[in-house]
Amino acid sequence: MKVLVAVKRVVDYNIRPRIKADGSDVDIAGVKMSINPFDEIAVEEALRLKERGVVTEIVAVTIGTAACQDVLRHALAMGADRVILLESDLELQPLGVAKLLKAIVDKEQPSLVILGKQAIDDDAGQTGQMLAALMNAGQGAFASSITVADGEALVVREVDGGTETVALKLPAVITADLRLNEPRFVKLPNLMMAKKKPIETIAASDLGVDAAPRLKLLKAAEPAERKAGIKVANVAELVSKLREVGAI
Amino acid sequence: MSVLVLAEHDGKQIKKATRQVVTAAAAWSAPIHLLVLGHGLDAVTAEAASIAGVSEVIRVDAPALAHALAEDVAALLLDLAPKYQVILAPHSAAAKNALPRVAALLDVAMISDVISISAPATYIRPTYAGSVLTTVESSDAVQVLTVRATSFDAAGNGPAVNIVDHAAPAAQAQARFVSATHTVSDRPELASARVVITGGRPLETRFDAILNPLAAKLGAAIGATRAAVDAGYAPNDLQVGQTGTVVAPELYIAAGVSGAAQHLAGMKDSKVIVAINLDPDAAIFQVADFGLVADLFEAVPALTAALLAE
Repeated sequence: MKVLVAVKRVVDYNIRPRIKADGSDVDIAGVKMSINPFDEIAVEEALRLKERGVVTEIVAVTIGTAACQDVLRHALAMGADRVILLESDLELQPLGVAKLLKAIVDKEQPSLVILGKQAIDDDAGQTGQMLAALMNAGQGAFASSITVADGEALVVREVDGGTETVALKLPAVITADLRLNEPRFVKLPNLMMAKKKPIETIAASDLGVDAAPRLKLLKAAEPAERKAGIKVANVAELVSKLREVGAI
Repeated sequence: MSVLVLAEHDGKQIKKATRQVVTAAAAWSAPIHLLVLGHGLDAVTAEAASIAGVSEVIRVDAPALAHALAEDVAALLLDLAPKYQVILAPHSAAAKNALPRVAALLDVAMISDVISISAPATYIRPTYAGSVLTTVESSDAVQVLTVRATSFDAAGNGPAVNIVDHAAPAAQAQARFVSATHTVSDRPELASARVVITGGRPLETRFDAILNPLAAKLGAAIGATRAAVDAGYAPNDLQVGQTGTVVAPELYIAAGVSGAAQHLAGMKDSKVIVAINLDPDAAIFQVADFGLVADLFEAVPALTAALLAE
């Protein structure tokens, strides 16, 4: 069976984002970009399903400008079989992305779609669930374990205060949580080989999908800093201070 | 038009987060309807009907909803949606799962983890793990959002309002509930506890032995850093931070917590923060009201003993 993995290019998780001087947005000019860490976990899970003989083909897709080729190369270097760049210079928001991915699902007909549970830039955490809705498919959001058998995906989901296991009829959409797996290290020779592999490019505007943004960004700002308090010398002083402020 | 709040409960009580979302919902100055779904809802709907600010409770009670899945919740909300201008819920695991599905079916954007509302359609929400606050405006006819509950006060009680029954959604074949595990605990729920004690990786296998006595004394919930969870010293659902649970208790005690950005994003709105760490340069001290540079293996038991002695 075929699995489609959606990956996003985001500001690297080690970089502290800067705000533009006019407060209009985050300034990403010249900033190191990487594959969204949760999407890397999604790619890794697809690879493990293939190594277990469940999956036969892994197709990775991303949406954005030509610069996004680097995250597709990363997916290829990890072991994806084929990659697609949906070229678009629109500002992409989860609903528009879900609609574009639905068009790719219609074309590729995967049995399973795996995405990261959220992107670490906008922290929306919506795209997978939205795609499942548009596909009229079952969804396994925040997965910590995936097993595929008898035309079903058994997904253990992380929920508040424990876990929940659901069985999804295929095709289904799953979003990867932090502890689904630990992605493999990409070796340099694999990265070199990935540079020679083809990237299928499709103009997003050719898909006949309205992916225009619905939310207008009015302002970006840094949150107010919390002031550091005082150092106490010992436990007795701590207890007396906590009592003073009525915390205990 | 009215505002619809999706309630959360444990079968016995309405969760505090729901009361906080009711306060958030008042921003639209429109009637607030509270949707309660599940099975065996008498106690829960009675409580829901007496939350101040709520003008009607919609009860959807069916055996199949004892473990309602996102597919079921979305179908139900889609059915109710034509009567509402706004649909909102706490930014909990359940609503994060179901509401994007509803938004896509309604062909509207969703706004996640809202911390401030300027009705009718402007919101502030954190991005980049809390490093940036963005203000966004929605152009859609229906607003679908999850709310960071701790950013709003909990609604109190008022006169009881009507409870209206609504039919359960039709059965679907896309997904089926198999099983659930719940961390059994007599401690309060992490997201709404008055006191939270969080342990970091240095606690190692003594995580429970060191923290439990203090938590028992203070009636506190226990949290953990990502590093402590990754290392297997605490279960996943205890993780405090931007990708785990966001907390804002009256008192937050961080023991052996270095203060990574994603952790700070999940607790810096706590009223009083105490940090106990051996490293005087740990980032956690920059947000702590009271910092104690000490070995937590001595300081935490000493704190417990001092409180017990009083």
